[in-house]
Amino acid sequence: MQKIDLVDRDLFNPGHAACPGCQESLALRAILNTIGPDAAAVFPPSCGAVICGPHPYSSLQIPVFQTSLESAAAAASGLRRALNQRGKHDTTVVCFAGDGGTYDIGFQALSSAVERNENILYVCFDNEGYMNTGAQKSSSTPLHASTASTPGGKPSKKKDIIGILAAHGIPYVATAATGHMNDLIAKVEKSLTIEGTRFLAVLVPCLDGWGLPDDSGVSVSRLAVDSGMWPLYEVEQGHRYTLNHDNKTRPVADYLSLQKRYRHLDETQLAEVQAAVDQDWAQLRRRAAESTEARASG
Amino acid sequence: MSSITNLADHQLLSGNHAVAWGARLARPQVIPVYPITPQSPIMEKLGDFHAAGEIDAEVLTPESEHSAMAAAIAASLAGARVFTATASQGILLMHELLHYAAGGRAPIVMCNVNRTVASPWAFWPDATDSLSQRDTGWIQLYSETPQESLDSTIQAFRVAETVSLPTMVCHDAFYVSHAMEPVALPDQALVDGYLPAYDPEHFVEPGRGESFGYVIDQATFNRTRRDLDEAMARVPETLEEADTAWRELTGRSYGVIERYRLDDADTAIVTMGSMAGTARVAVDEMRAAGERVGLLKVRLFRPFPVAHVRTALAGIGRAVVLDRNYSPGLGGMLHQELKAALFGLNGSTPAVHGLLAGVGGVNVTPEKIRQFVGDTTDREPQPQSLWVE
Ligand SMILES: Cc1ncc(C[n+]2csc(CCOP(=O)(O)OP(=O)(O)O)c2C)c(N)n1
Ligand code: SF4
Ligand SMILES: [Mg+2]
Repeated sequence: MQKIDLVDRDLFNPGHAACPGCQESLALRAILNTIGPDAAAVFPPSCGAVICGPHPYSSLQIPVFQTSLESAAAAASGLRRALNQRGKHDTTVVCFAGDGGTYDIGFQALSSAVERNENILYVCFDNEGYMNTGAQKSSSTPLHASTASTPGGKPSKKKDIIGILAAHGIPYVATAATGHMNDLIAKVEKSLTIEGTRFLAVLVPCLDGWGLPDDSGVSVSRLAVDSGMWPLYEVEQGHRYTLNHDNKTRPVADYLSLQKRYRHLDETQLAEVQAAVDQDWAQLRRRAAESTEARASG
Repeated sequence: MSSITNLADHQLLSGNHAVAWGARLARPQVIPVYPITPQSPIMEKLGDFHAAGEIDAEVLTPESEHSAMAAAIAASLAGARVFTATASQGILLMHELLHYAAGGRAPIVMCNVNRTVASPWAFWPDATDSLSQRDTGWIQLYSETPQESLDSTIQAFRVAETVSLPTMVCHDAFYVSHAMEPVALPDQALVDGYLPAYDPEHFVEPGRGESFGYVIDQATFNRTRRDLDEAMARVPETLEEADTAWRELTGRSYGVIERYRLDDADTAIVTMGSMAGTARVAVDEMRAAGERVGLLKVRLFRPFPVAHVRTALAGIGRAVVLDRNYSPGLGGMLHQELKAALFGLNGSTPAVHGLLAGVGGVNVTPEKIRQFVGDTTDREPQPQSLWVE
């Protein structure tokens, strides 16, 4: 049992439109309440955008602007600049986008916002597919996962969005998971102390899209971390790596076997996934160790 | 008029620099912009103003026009006055967001420099780029000269903010964008009096409990379009008011449409943008030769000023429309809109001849226009537009 250090300021209302047990709404509640009321949000079309409404209701107690699917980071930039002009430098501008709106169609706008180092917090709710439109693949969908558009399994790897953003030299980029709430909250708090673009990728197991029981979201999220499929780490200034949960204790099979999207996996494919995870994990540990050494000697 | 003494000296300016001055005088707070020929001089001039500390705006240079417009909309809905500029492929890339801007009722002002659209790749004057965006919900003004472009940019903010609709000021590539003429620069104080700081009723603000763009039901969506329609209907009178107020301050005005030597005319040339300047010369020449020809310049294209053109053309025998744009499968867009606007005038409807003249930037001289008009005398008007050269 873990106590969650969340001060609930009622910034996320009950009665919203998410599926029962949705991990995205859980993450949204924690993030909003950590940021506090002096904030404005941008959502592109996604499950998150549906959870916001419908008009005239709002499940968020902060103002929201819903933009197009490609333009979350650009719209957040415009909002930021307008608030600056109106003397509201301290208001947090936060963007909540899905993985499709981040890794794929919105990537161009995101890359540009990071290059300009816009003072925004960009949260990607990563459910590894286009859930709003019926669970098709995105470039965040992992190797061999089946989706509505890759029914035989996705033949390519998940895109390394964190590595790509680190290569931009972004001030702060981190992964988080709903199964590790205190880590998620700490990362949001940390991001609020940093000026410039901050990016947080939160793994949100999608009950519907992944084929999971309603009550399994949190445990699946923990398995994603324990198996090394979703390591918890952060990168500062594009090069300082920190592993926040240095404990890969479970085989990926424990994680995959709970999900319908991996039901078709054969032994070879399973071994491929395990090998890729082991390799990525080794590389991540190496980077974290190098960063520790650099800090010690610097 | 005494207030004309308020004017600073004239400066020799291109149409694009005149627009940049117009934007500067309107004190925009956020300027997201992306370069494209022949718009870039607007962006560069605004950049110079910014670098020199002469405008107090947030200038954003994102990776595309798509992001520029996305940023513009969010900034506008957060209560900032927003200006941007584009042309050709740029306005086409914005297409989806032009709808977002109008649907979101963001009173952004944008200059579009009318340039051919690819493929093939070219840089010449042709208004197909912005005219093909006529269904997006933006107010559209077409300008004939650098001075008009400056004045229209300032008027556009007043109109846009009054009716909460985005507005584009369009002028032709090179003929207006790069042509230099002495331009009267209004005083900053005069413009400040004409255009008070933007103070919207609704905007994104922590604590206000207002959000924008959520999913809505059918009936509410339907109502947003009816509201938009009502706002559009208010545009002609709002523009007239803005134009009259501008005349009182500067001595210059352009109308919703302009009737030039049309009073006793039996033939009206109907056109827009820089072509109106050429047609003006042709009209003078034909008048000198004893022909009763006048010009109807359409300045406001969207909303289409139906009442104005009906009044202006009622009883005139012939209207010759010159379109420097082309909608494949339809023809000239002004021709088609004008015919629809004249529907049901009964006995007093002019015979409307639609001519595709100068599409792709082909040069159209006053002599050519005289020839085009002459050629219509013994031709039956056709429902389609006719290619002429
Ligand atoms: C230009 C455009 N193309 C397609 C769509 C349809 N669409 C809406 S949401 C969505 C998927 C978004 O996926 P993601 O960003 O991962 O969010 P999720 O639904 O998974 O929360 C798509 C394809 C759209 N709104 N706009
Ligand atoms: S589809 Fe998935 S991400 Fe979307 S609301 Fe349902 S559980 Fe949440
Ligand atoms: Mg998704």
